[in-house]
Amino acid sequence: MWYLCVFYHRLLDYRKAEVESLAHLFGTFDADDDNYSLEWRLPQHHHSDSPFHFVNLPSEDIARKIANRSILVKGMYELWGEGSSYEELEEAVKRYPEERKLPYLDSGSTFKINVDSFGKVLSFQEQNQRMQSLTYIPFKGRVDLKNPDHKFWLMETDDYGSNNGLPPIVEKRIFFGREIGGADRKLIPTYQLKSRTYLGPTAMDAEMAFLMANQALAMPGKLVYDPFVGTGSIIVAAAHFGAMTMYGLPMPIALLRADNNLPPWRPGLKEVFDAIICDPPYGVRAGGRKSGGRKLLKGVVSPYVVPDDKRRDHIPSTAAYSLVECVHDLLDLAAQMLVMGGRLVFFFPVLREDYVENNFPEHQCFKLISASEQILSSRYSRVLLTMVKISLYTEEIAETARLKHIEFKENHLKWLEDGNLHSAVFSTADSNSNAGSEGKFSKDPKPKYRGKYV
Amino acid sequence: MRLLTHNMLSSNVKGVTNGFPLGIEVEKVVEKQVELSADFLINIFSKIEWKALVDASRAVGYAELPDQADASMLDSDEFLRKFHHALLELHLEEGALLCPETGRRFPVNKGIPNMLLHEDEV
Repeated sequence: MWYLCVFYHRLLDYRKAEVESLAHLFGTFDADDDNYSLEWRLPQHHHSDSPFHFVNLPSEDIARKIANRSILVKGMYELWGEGSSYEELEEAVKRYPEERKLPYLDSGSTFKINVDSFGKVLSFQEQNQRMQSLTYIPFKGRVDLKNPDHKFWLMETDDYGSNNGLPPIVEKRIFFGREIGGADRKLIPTYQLKSRTYLGPTAMDAEMAFLMANQALAMPGKLVYDPFVGTGSIIVAAAHFGAMTMYGLPMPIALLRADNNLPPWRPGLKEVFDAIICDPPYGVRAGGRKSGGRKLLKGVVSPYVVPDDKRRDHIPSTAAYSLVECVHDLLDLAAQMLVMGGRLVFFFPVLREDYVENNFPEHQCFKLISASEQILSSRYSRVLLTMVKISLYTEEIAETARLKHIEFKENHLKWLEDGNLHSAVFSTADSNSNAGSEGKFSKDPKPKYRGKYV
Repeated sequence: MRLLTHNMLSSNVKGVTNGFPLGIEVEKVVEKQVELSADFLINIFSKIEWKALVDASRAVGYAELPDQADASMLDSDEFLRKFHHALLELHLEEGALLCPETGRRFPVNKGIPNMLLHEDEV
């Protein structure tokens, strides 16, 4: 059945991906289905960046669960009618089957009608006027503005002038629907970073952490791993949804100090985690480190042994861990340690002028099911990649990874320079302006709404 | 550090052929109650190296686990409780993990094992 899904107008790339992941979580797709996407339709006259979309879901129960667990769905509605004018809307609502309407209009229930518009503020009078036009609907229940059994929404979208800074709407389109569910945005101020006792410089903000946990299908009984846990900002969100890993949440199952480049897992250990959610170091603001002194790896200093009396409190020196090697290690770890069908959700930084959709890291054990971009500055953005494990980790794959690990070690210097995001992001504007006069970016620049990227 | 974690770790010092299981040097063990989740236990059972778990639990002072175990025992509540207790409720707060081949100590402080290698072990 088709439902009207109205999103919050932010993090546009992340909206549909979240709904699709939650649809998967709540059982929309068959177990052996290779399909991870839903059917979507745009309302007439709307632009794809618009918050209004129609989505096909198997039942109201699933639609409600998705909406309530999401972070970006403002409301999921059973559409009773739509039109380009209030007259058309009236005809559409009258045509909508009685047996779908009557249960929600009966005298024993309470209801409330909300009048909303996208892109324009309607005055109290204007709202009332529009509400009055709905007298053709036989509401028999009592009005309760605080806690009604049923909430109805009359939503008006129109071309309020192209200067309003919102996705363009060509002509008026009005919707009337019954609310099924919506995001609990109170989660965000509850978990917000600014009220935490301790923070790291790259702690993930609450809203994004919840999106990541949704992408990873965190839920009670699942084991989730974050190899770059830092201050735990991502696993807090996963723990909120019940996965195992302040806030009265259970402590993480385990905390461990180890090097992802030389992981301490016993050989033969595989398929243990249901999901891996992380934000690896990009090497821009906070670089990753791996074991083995940098001078050693560069060959400046010959190998040495730490004398026995100094070993106890010795802090091993580390070397720079390039993004390329870090992601290679992460994919190898995930391929080995995720259960079949398990998800790897992580951020990957990209230089905006080099951003090409199919340039993401790949691994034969994984299928990429979503990539959502968040712009960080004019130079670079980060993309949240969601990958699903679709084939088993074999001896061959392990061997290839082992050889690659050795290759990285031997070519330590080369990998420091290639794909070094830090210098590209922080270089001065002069050295970066080798683009033609047509513009800085080869692909269409992302539109800004009200002066901001959303 | 729970025994679940111990069951997954091995020594990866250069040159070591089999770094699993790590020996346990106990300085402080704490018991912390955790709600039992049968689903989780049933799922994780197949990933556990049973002998290593038994030995580790004995090292920290719990001798109730049977020497052998198979999946049919998961039907018994009694067994699940013991399994749960050993796997998730015993914490090594202070001590060390020992590499079976080289004897290298991986210290455990405040419940967190430090598996980082020194420069000559990489």
